[in-house]
Amino acid sequence: MEAGELDRRLAATWSTPPGLWGALSTVDHKIIGRRYTVTAFVFLALGGVLALLMRLQLAQPEARFIGPDRYNQIFTMHGSNMMFLFAVPVMQAMAIYLVPLMVGTRHIAFPRLNAFSYWMYLAGGLLLWIAFAVDTGPDIGWFAYVPLSGPQYAAGKRADIWAQMITFTEVSALAIAVEIVVTVFKQRAPGMSLDRIPLFVWSMLVTSFLVILAMPAIMIASTSLILDRLVGTHFFNPAEGGDVLLWQHLFWFFGHPEVYIIFLPAVGMVSSIVATFTQRPVFGYLAMVMALIATGVLAFGLWVHHMFVAGLPRLGESFFTASSMAIAVPAGLQIFCWLATIWAGRPIFKTPFLFVIGFIVVFVIGGLTGVMVASVPFDTQVHDTYFVVAHFHYVLVGGAVFPLLGAIYYWFPKLTGRMMSETLGRWSFGLIFSGFNLTFFPMHILGLQGMPRRIYTYQPEMPWSGLNMFISLSGIVLAAGFLLFFIDAIRSARSGPIAPANPWGASTLEWATSSPPPSYNFARLPVVESLEPLSDRSDPLGTVEGLHTDRRELLITSVVEARAEARESSVGNSIWPLLAALATSAMLIWSIFTPWAVVWGSIPIAVALIGWFWPKGDPEDES
Amino acid sequence: MRAPRIGLLSTGVLVSGCSGSQSALNPYGAPAVHVEHLIVGIVVLSGVIWLLVMVMLALALRRGRRAETEGQTSEGRLTMTVSAAVAVTVAIIAGMTIASFYTTRSMGVPQSAALTITVRAQQWWWQVIYAGSDGTPTFQTANEIHIPVGQDVRLQLESTDVIHSFWVPSLAGKQDLVPGRPNDLLLRAEKPGIYRGQCAEFCGLQHSHMAVMVVAEAPADYARWITSQRADAKMPADPDAASGQAAFLAKPCAACHTIRGTQATGTTGPDLTHIGSRQTIAAGLLETTRGSLAAWIADPQTLKPGNNMPMVPLTSIELQNICAYMDSLK
Repeated sequence: MEAGELDRRLAATWSTPPGLWGALSTVDHKIIGRRYTVTAFVFLALGGVLALLMRLQLAQPEARFIGPDRYNQIFTMHGSNMMFLFAVPVMQAMAIYLVPLMVGTRHIAFPRLNAFSYWMYLAGGLLLWIAFAVDTGPDIGWFAYVPLSGPQYAAGKRADIWAQMITFTEVSALAIAVEIVVTVFKQRAPGMSLDRIPLFVWSMLVTSFLVILAMPAIMIASTSLILDRLVGTHFFNPAEGGDVLLWQHLFWFFGHPEVYIIFLPAVGMVSSIVATFTQRPVFGYLAMVMALIATGVLAFGLWVHHMFVAGLPRLGESFFTASSMAIAVPAGLQIFCWLATIWAGRPIFKTPFLFVIGFIVVFVIGGLTGVMVASVPFDTQVHDTYFVVAHFHYVLVGGAVFPLLGAIYYWFPKLTGRMMSETLGRWSFGLIFSGFNLTFFPMHILGLQGMPRRIYTYQPEMPWSGLNMFISLSGIVLAAGFLLFFIDAIRSARSGPIAPANPWGASTLEWATSSPPPSYNFARLPVVESLEPLSDRSDPLGTVEGLHTDRRELLITSVVEARAEARESSVGNSIWPLLAALATSAMLIWSIFTPWAVVWGSIPIAVALIGWFWPKGDPEDES
Repeated sequence: MRAPRIGLLSTGVLVSGCSGSQSALNPYGAPAVHVEHLIVGIVVLSGVIWLLVMVMLALALRRGRRAETEGQTSEGRLTMTVSAAVAVTVAIIAGMTIASFYTTRSMGVPQSAALTITVRAQQWWWQVIYAGSDGTPTFQTANEIHIPVGQDVRLQLESTDVIHSFWVPSLAGKQDLVPGRPNDLLLRAEKPGIYRGQCAEFCGLQHSHMAVMVVAEAPADYARWITSQRADAKMPADPDAASGQAAFLAKPCAACHTIRGTQATGTTGPDLTHIGSRQTIAAGLLETTRGSLAAWIADPQTLKPGNNMPMVPLTSIELQNICAYMDSLK
């Protein structure tokens, strides 16, 4: 078949109809991934505004700018928003977009579930922010420790809204994790055996397993909390035989792996950028994959280090010290592998690579302070102080946001078909890097000087005023850097230079198709013969023949060697995922007010699911 | 009567002035000293490691930037270098873990500690209960713990509502107060002084204003303090203070506060039997003076919004007299 004719037929089969109906019913993983990414960045901007408000209040002692009630809502919103509505979703959003392209398939597994997960995430985010706007935002901290978040000490609906928002975002995160696992295991291009999977895809695979294993813990916790609050159970009430520390175990059994759920995708992004901008494969592929898996396993063995001062038996604490410190080994291994890659490669100093350099500088500090807080005695002095605030911003902003911003600059052409500005990119990197360090480094000192976290003000006698003022001013520099990034992204998406298919000379499959890719991703599915299929090839990639063009069809391959196994039909656009998400959201929000919502609210959900799964008939039978 | 307190306060300021009044880096007691050694050791070592990584990064970047003419580094040599770096990392991590274990061992709370004081946290103040030699409670105070210098003191930590965390960095690391699960903490001061601490676990609206003072005194001073605290409140001699007492007992104040030796036996708020002798009121918010007492009683919600003390309507005479009475409760 002629190329033009093939494209025309595939587009007719795979494209999304124009207009509002198309926007609401599409299941195209690229449209949903882009939409997801943009939404997550909107939440990042909102969370950043909250951070600036907090810094305004803390710039001076005994300031009266924001009272304690609103301040507690603001820091709770900042943490919950950044963790649940930005950091985890944005990584998964990038994966929704990139993973199918990087493994060379036409679509993500379970496309309708994918659409459903976006609508759930959006509804959960809106619930939280609308509640905050009407002064019903949660005020219990993003960690929501009982009994402070329990029925006795958190009156009103604030804590219920927090707990339900958790359920929304976890439903969404779990759905995506399942999609990614199946896409990676069963839909890779023929020839992409396990040792030819790009490192970013590996990192998302490990991350997805972390999500599947960790998220149920927080869902159990938040559900028990809701039951305590609404139905009168006593899971966390010591007066009735419940246990306060049960909450902390459940929360941190999720909460610490959460850090790696955010960090591991970033590691994958760094590997992609390093390989492209040093013009050679990342050194130690096998070691990198092993480090990802080791980090994933160890991530479940260190939650207790958040509870060193809660009064647990000392022997248990020793074990968790050792495992918390041990996780520095795979992290160190990865850093050394990237350094070796840079050493042996020929670095090109473009914006994505600058963010990677910034990442190494900042993240190593965050990792070292992580070793510090893993030590029980050290932790008894810095736990719940600004030292910890500094530490985890070094890990999360340095370890995840820097790589993410680099990744946006790197994949922007693939996402939008246009390039971002190199000049603005350098400026925003400079402002973000310097603003970040000026803002967060002094917090280590404040913590050692005894400033606790989560205080809305402090007394003038305390020796903290100078540094706090300095930090607040530095925060403006950091915010300016992000503002510049947003301006650049919005401007470039509309009018940046048109990007070729492979503007950076990268070697993974997503660059083998046009920028942005067509609705069907690849006109002819590629066959992979090496880890870097696009590098040093003068001849075109091998391709797969024989898939139908008049219906949505995917190639299914074997888990280990990615040998072609079957053709599988993929579902088309549908409005039912949106309706199912609306029904589920209505039930979850309604249940804050009455437990009967679970009964009556299930009916519309059942209707929506019947519509969603209504048999369409197998095209194979007809032919 | 005021002179000794101001004297004590200024020693406190002297101690705190050069130390940053609640800093982990200015330890004045054995547990805090051990931790400080560990902190300094780990921080210096980490700084060196960070610098080494940065040097490696800079060299790698510079090498790549120079010409492409240099020969490719062999994979074998890279593998050797990376393996060596990982081996060094493992050794350093193991060393830090062992150092941490040894420090932890030195921080255990001896159950034989001569003196045990119960600290019960509430939103947003500290109830401090002293027991007699037979273990029964003899008197209580609030937001201020007196301890003898050079002696191990065991704090029994309890909470009546939410989770709080007891933290006086100059004397020891923090320990949570968890409802339904008493914890304990070893406290030891080597020098007389006033050491400030603060609740470290987010505990609600006024978490910011939940400070605690530990007053470490020479054993003789400490014994005198104990004797004075055991005694009931004296009947006010001054006529203003006497009318203040009458007003206090007639108004809702007595429903929440205890003043031993009077009919006031409320238990919701702090025991005020010897409030005049305390350094601060409202959990470290204000120094105890007549002026600040008046400001606090007249409008507690503006000074510490959301705290549990209601505003009690008083005439200005009543207010003055009550403050005179409070101030007389040494």
